[in-house]
Amino acid sequence: MTQQTLTSPPAAPVKDTARPSRARGVLSAIGGQNLSLIGALAVVLTLFGSLNSNYLSWNNIQVIAEAVTITGLLAVVQTVVIICGGLDISVGSQAGLASVVSAMAFTSAGSSALLGIAAAVGVGILVGILNGLVIVYGRVNATIATLAGLAAYKGVAQLVSGGAAQGYVLNDSVFIFLSRGKIAGLPVMVWILVLVAIGVHILLKYTDIGRNIYAIGGNDTAARLAGININKYLIAVYAVIGIVAALAGVLLTARTGSGQPTSGSEGLELKAITAAALGGCVLKGGKGTVGGTLLAVALLGALENGLTVQGINAFWQNVAQGALLVIAVVIQQRRNGERAVGLPD
Amino acid sequence: MTTSGEKPPPASDSRLATGARVEGIVKRFGPVQALGGVTLDFPAGQVTALMGENGAGKSTLLKILTGDHQPTEGRVLLDGRPLTLNSPIDAHKAGIRIIPQEPEIIPHVSVAENVYAGTLPRRAGRRLDRAELARRIRADLARLGFEKVLDPDLLGSQLTPAQRQLVEILRALTGEAKVIAFDEPTSSLSEHEAEALFALIGRLRAEGIAVIYVSHRMKEIFQLADRVAVLRDGGVADVVDAASTDEGEVVRLMVGRDLTSLFVRQDVARDEVVLDVREVTTDDVTNVSLTVRAGEVVALAGLVGAGRSELAQALAGDVPIRSGEVRLNGTPLRLRSPKEAIRAGIGLAPEERKAQALFLHRSIRDNASLVSLERLRRWRLVKVGAERALAQDYSDRLRVRAPGIEHEVRKLSGGNQQKVVLARWLARKPAVLILDEPTRGVDVGAKAEIYHIIADLAKQGVALLVISSELPEVLGLADRVVVMQNGRVTGELGRAEASEEAILNLAMADDLTDVVTARTDHDRASGGTR
Repeated sequence: MTQQTLTSPPAAPVKDTARPSRARGVLSAIGGQNLSLIGALAVVLTLFGSLNSNYLSWNNIQVIAEAVTITGLLAVVQTVVIICGGLDISVGSQAGLASVVSAMAFTSAGSSALLGIAAAVGVGILVGILNGLVIVYGRVNATIATLAGLAAYKGVAQLVSGGAAQGYVLNDSVFIFLSRGKIAGLPVMVWILVLVAIGVHILLKYTDIGRNIYAIGGNDTAARLAGININKYLIAVYAVIGIVAALAGVLLTARTGSGQPTSGSEGLELKAITAAALGGCVLKGGKGTVGGTLLAVALLGALENGLTVQGINAFWQNVAQGALLVIAVVIQQRRNGERAVGLPD
Repeated sequence: MTTSGEKPPPASDSRLATGARVEGIVKRFGPVQALGGVTLDFPAGQVTALMGENGAGKSTLLKILTGDHQPTEGRVLLDGRPLTLNSPIDAHKAGIRIIPQEPEIIPHVSVAENVYAGTLPRRAGRRLDRAELARRIRADLARLGFEKVLDPDLLGSQLTPAQRQLVEILRALTGEAKVIAFDEPTSSLSEHEAEALFALIGRLRAEGIAVIYVSHRMKEIFQLADRVAVLRDGGVADVVDAASTDEGEVVRLMVGRDLTSLFVRQDVARDEVVLDVREVTTDDVTNVSLTVRAGEVVALAGLVGAGRSELAQALAGDVPIRSGEVRLNGTPLRLRSPKEAIRAGIGLAPEERKAQALFLHRSIRDNASLVSLERLRRWRLVKVGAERALAQDYSDRLRVRAPGIEHEVRKLSGGNQQKVVLARWLARKPAVLILDEPTRGVDVGAKAEIYHIIADLAKQGVALLVISSELPEVLGLADRVVVMQNGRVTGELGRAEASEEAILNLAMADDLTDVVTARTDHDRASGGTR
């Protein structure tokens, strides 16, 4: 780099604003979020492991991993949109729509798995871009816009499918591979989650795109003045969500054997947002990591599986999940030193 | 009276029973000691200026007075009686008020409701008593002489910065006020608005109120204050009589050394015109033409609301140019977005660094490299080593005081934050750099450093357009002064002809009501996303 030279300004009173101990405190607090997740995960694993010896078996761990794959995919992209300062609560409906589309396209294309998947991804992109356009150019609050999407995309899925499961795909080798295949001892579904997560992690952490995404969520005025095309970024982020939600929908089809308009996808948005918040995303934007989100996904999966193994009523699992979401955010706000006055930021 | 005390107490009577007194105040935040035993008097009927560099402890002391913070040790007395200040409500009840630097205004309700928010007059059934409200606000406005400048029916969002400040002052005067603290009240006011404020402060003093006045502006201090209390590093450096001291001594007390000259005089402007603005019209400015040559510092002077920040935003591509032309080194530019402006070589360090420039929760490195990332990447992957080197380099050159470049920006002082903003633009090496109020809220030491940075940039041939509302700064920095009023350029002054008077003559609107009701820089600037 060639540099301009800058002569030294006058010697100024060196009053160091450095407060190293405080800096260290903050650093450990950032790691702290992940540390406490790891701690919670260890507690959950030990607890259920001691109650049931099968819980920690390699088999059950694979069951857990497979069970969280779809949630995990949605949570990872939810992380991205939350970092931008947005939110997408239509991800579950998008996945349901993609699931139906993949199965129907598969059937009508004469059992072409690739066409089925391509159709699902295509619909995912369109739906994502539509979300982005409504938010950016319609000036609709992201929560409201995707709440509308939550209802509308579910409706579309039910309309095209007549409300019933569509097609049967498990006679096709690609779908069988997706649902039951293993690579190096790990289920293919888990590999897909791992690849997407690594991709998004690299995007966020090591590219200028990621920096700009954090910048948009951190201070949108400053981001705009720094020359970032915010509109383009937001629409692209929602499009990426559409793609990954479509992928989740395809996996849903592969797991259940047919296209499911609502079963299996309903409530996924809640899980995805819970995981992102538990994993350290700040809902007003600018903060969050893929690693934290994945840890939270694992924690939620381990908890759900443990409760099921113990034969605890599924309704209680919903209660536990809701409670976890609130606890996570309360802890986060405490850590930020938010004062308890009026509506929180 | 004073303490930390080498010097004998200054002129004012130390036995004064009325007024506020802080005694032996120590405040620690965890391991950090913000105040180390401060004892000061704020006598009734006097204006006590509270000065000190950022970080000296002024804000902490104010927050203790207003009940926002509780002291670790020591006590607060009012009229000789110790107070228990557990919350701002306690302080308010006791008669202690603060006019915050940034007025808190509720945008969608009237001035009257803003002033009496929380204590609105009501009739049976909690219905708002509008007649009583109107009567009360008119009485208060008349009492303070604000009837002409503040329409009580205006909405909060329609107010100019000066009017917003008036609302805060009216608020402070509801109930029985004994102590009123002003925290840098003039930072968003133009000179003549400030004059009106000073007249009001004079009245408050005459009414026997203890006025505490925090400001970085020397001129105001000597115009207003009876006593000057200087804090340094969490202690009292000294308390001096305003009449028997001068600017030099106060600065010396603040920084603990002499600042021989804040400004660097040089003549490095070259002939070639870099920025050529030709009859530019936007929604807020009309037919503005000006030029900036390589190595030249051109100051844009004018009242708040004159359209200076709006012009800057237009040049930075953030608001559309309706007609006219902007040329850079002779080439006409298309400025439809900040991105195009940055690519063309125009940088803008905006007026409100926290709201418009900084990512407070990100590191110095992230903040400094942001607009240079496209030069620091390969395959969209940021070259981490190069980025770190760049951030370190500029952070060193600009003397950003922080433990390291991974330090979060929100923990830096105002001056260091401003240096981070400058580092961002210096790293990009723009041909034109527009600095909007570059030293607002910055302490004296950092100011001097920023002036040196500006001088150095000029020496390297950067064309600099500096917007400033502080006339001494305009006169000290500029090779040429362009004055604006109501969105138009009203005149241009060379270094030789520029004086405070000449600038003010060009800047003052003929019709004052125009200024008061004008939409302002401030409203737009804080407008957020577009």
